[in-house]
Formats: sequence, C-alpha cells, structure tokens
Amino acid sequence: MVENNVNCETVWREISNYVDGEVDAGLRVSMEEHFKSCKRCASVLAGMQNVVKLYGDERMLEVPAGFGGRLQKRLAKDVGETGKRWLTWSAWLVPVAAILLITGGVVLTNSLTFRNYIQSRHAQPGNDVPPDMVVVVSDGSKLFHVAGCPFIHDKNSERTMTAREATRDGYTPCPRCLRQYLKTGLVREHDDVAEEEGEEEVFAGAAGR
Amino acid sequence: MPETDMVLNNPARAGGTREQELIARVQRGENELFYELVRPYERRVYAAALAILRNEHDAEDVAQEAMLKALGNIRQFRAEARFSTWLIQITVNEALMRRRRERTVVMEGIDGQRAGGHRSGEEESEYAPRDFADWREIPSEALERKEVRQRLAEALGTLDRKYREVFVMRDVEHLNIQETAEALGISVASVKTRLLRARLMLRDLLAAGWEQGWFSRLPFEKGTKPW
Repeated sequence: MVENNVNCETVWREISNYVDGEVDAGLRVSMEEHFKSCKRCASVLAGMQNVVKLYGDERMLEVPAGFGGRLQKRLAKDVGETGKRWLTWSAWLVPVAAILLITGGVVLTNSLTFRNYIQSRHAQPGNDVPPDMVVVVSDGSKLFHVAGCPFIHDKNSERTMTAREATRDGYTPCPRCLRQYLKTGLVREHDDVAEEEGEEEVFAGAAGR
Repeated sequence: MPETDMVLNNPARAGGTREQELIARVQRGENELFYELVRPYERRVYAAALAILRNEHDAEDVAQEAMLKALGNIRQFRAEARFSTWLIQITVNEALMRRRRERTVVMEGIDGQRAGGHRSGEEESEYAPRDFADWREIPSEALERKEVRQRLAEALGTLDRKYREVFVMRDVEHLNIQETAEALGISVASVKTRLLRARLMLRDLLAAGWEQGWFSRLPFEKGTKPW
C-alpha cells in the first residue's frame, strides 16, 4: 500500500475503466502514480492488459472445421429457395390471373350484353316488393306478376315463387299488375303509350271482374 | 479523382468501400453476394453465439440462422451502424431467443471457487484480485499453439454466464460498452461491473494456468514467472 490520493481498492474498482480509457483525466493521473509505486496494483494492471490482448486476438476466434462451407451452402440454399418460392408463386400466378381475367371478362360481357335481353323494355327494379309475396313467372318473359294478371306470357309455363326468389332469378315486377312497386310508377314511353293505355284498360277490366 | 482510382490508391478505404458496395448490391437483390459480405465476420458471429449457448452445434445453427435473418432484413440496415455490430446484435438476439425457447441447460462456471469467492448473485460486491506476483507480458505468439487457445477458451468457459457474455461482447467481439448493453439488454452500469469482474477473474485464472504450465514452453527467462 502506498501513500497516494487513491488506494488499492479504488484502483481495483476502476482498473477496467482505466484499461478502456474511460476514467477522467484526474483519476487517470492518480492511478498512474499509484501503479508506479504499488507492485500489487501494477501486477493487476499488467494481468488485465494481458487478458484483454490475448482474448481480443483474432486467433482466439475458432470455428468448427467446415463451418464456412456449411454456412455458404445454407445461404445458397435459402437464396435458391427464395427464387423457387417466387417461381412457384409465379407459376401459379399466371394461370390463376388468366382464369380470373377470362371469367371477369365473360361476366362483364354477359352483364352488359345479355342482362335484360328477354326483359320488357319497361322492366325496372322493384321498390319495396314484399319478399315473401307469392308471384307468378313464366317462360319468355322476365317479369313477375300477381296471380291472374292478363299480361302473363306463355301461360302454360306459369309457376309460382316468392318475390325474393323471382328477384334473385332476375325477374322484375310487371309494370301493369305491380306498378305500385315500381320506382317511377306507370311506365309510359313514346310509341308504346297507346298500346299501354289499351293494356291498362284491359287490365282494369280484368281486375274489376 | 474518380472513385475507382481512390479505392485503388487507398487500400484502407477500399475495404470499407467494398463492404458498402456489397451491402448496397445485396440490398438491391443480389443475394448471391451476401456470403462474400459476411465472410469476414463469420468467426465473430460463431463466437458470439457460442458465448451464449455453450454448445458448438447450437452455436453453429444459430450463427446460420442469424446470417439468414440478416439477409432477410438487409434492407433495414442503415449505414450509421457498423455492419459487423449489426450482425453481432442479430446473432445475440437469436442466441438469447434460442436459449429462452429451448431452456438450454448451460453449464455454469465456478465463479466463486476458482476466481474470487463470489456467487453469481453477488454482482455488486467487490472482487479482490488474488495473485500479485510480478506480471510479464505474454507474447501473442503464444496463441499460435492450439493448446494455449484451448486453455484460454476453457478458462473463459468457467466464468458465470453473465460475466462470460459481457466479456465476449466487449473484449472478443469488440463491441463498445453501449453496444454491449444494448445487445444483451442490460444497463451500461451492469456491463461495466460485470466486465471488471470477468477481467479480474480471467486474470486470476491465467495466473493459475501459468502455475499449471499452460505457457511453460514460452520463451520466458528461466525461473521467472510472467506475473
């Protein structure tokens, strides 16, 4: 033990920071003075510096034989699998996208071309039709009617279903017998006005019977 | 001066530039260059994993996993960090996760008995050096001998886990104090305390090793201990 402004215990506590250069200038000077006069602490310092030097040497970093080769192989495999995953996805992606495109095209074409092709030009969506109301449909027309409507085409093919089912199957309310459910009420269009007026009269007569 | 000329005329800078170039190319998708990028650090990555797992097979597996993770996240790497530090931190994370997941039983060291008499839970207590013989520098040529390297590795393996991990991160991996704290998820103060004790314990173990003849074929003066 020597006369100094730091004692051995303080030196031991700070010696690791000293080796790392992490003590302030004042403490560093005091410790350096202490090392000059204290063989025990000088021994501790020298030993610690040896430890840091030896273990910090690259030669201490040993890997098992073949480590680099195995690592390289695994990386290459992963890179390859990433590519394969992409290829697998892309292999599926192309036909799936093609099918979706074709299907979408067909649906779109149908919806534009054939949507109302057998419907009356007066057909329009119903408004607040009671879904459970029993209605009559028949072949050759996409209108649904109340039973007894004189404007049902092809009466031999008449069949009943609910309004919900009829709507689902693409039928719309008959503009004559179900006019109250049409958004615009009675349909009147240029050339058909006279005809429709005649039909209405017939229907009024039928309903009145 | 064109960039290529600057690189050719400045080998020290060329290393860093080459690494930066490789990082940029891998980030752009040239994954096949990744091994070239990490090859200089593969031994450090393995050592970091081994320090935590204490099992060569697990360490190698985790080192590979860490490399794959680094490759997968390479676009997140920013140049403000050293690439090696980033890589080591990923490795430490992977190793710590593996240890937690598999509840690996690590053979803990004899912290107290051989290196100072403290139990692992007594981190705050003082550690007093035990050997005060004159110390002489061990020449680094000693490390050419496999036996010496093996003895040093064994001595390190006897340390309690928390001291060994800090020591390896700081003195083997050369992370700084802050980086070590971040990698291991502990405070800077804990790093300093554990590092001090680890160094002192290893110093005493090396002294004991000298007594046992680890360095007996070194060219020291006859009859003089190196410390």
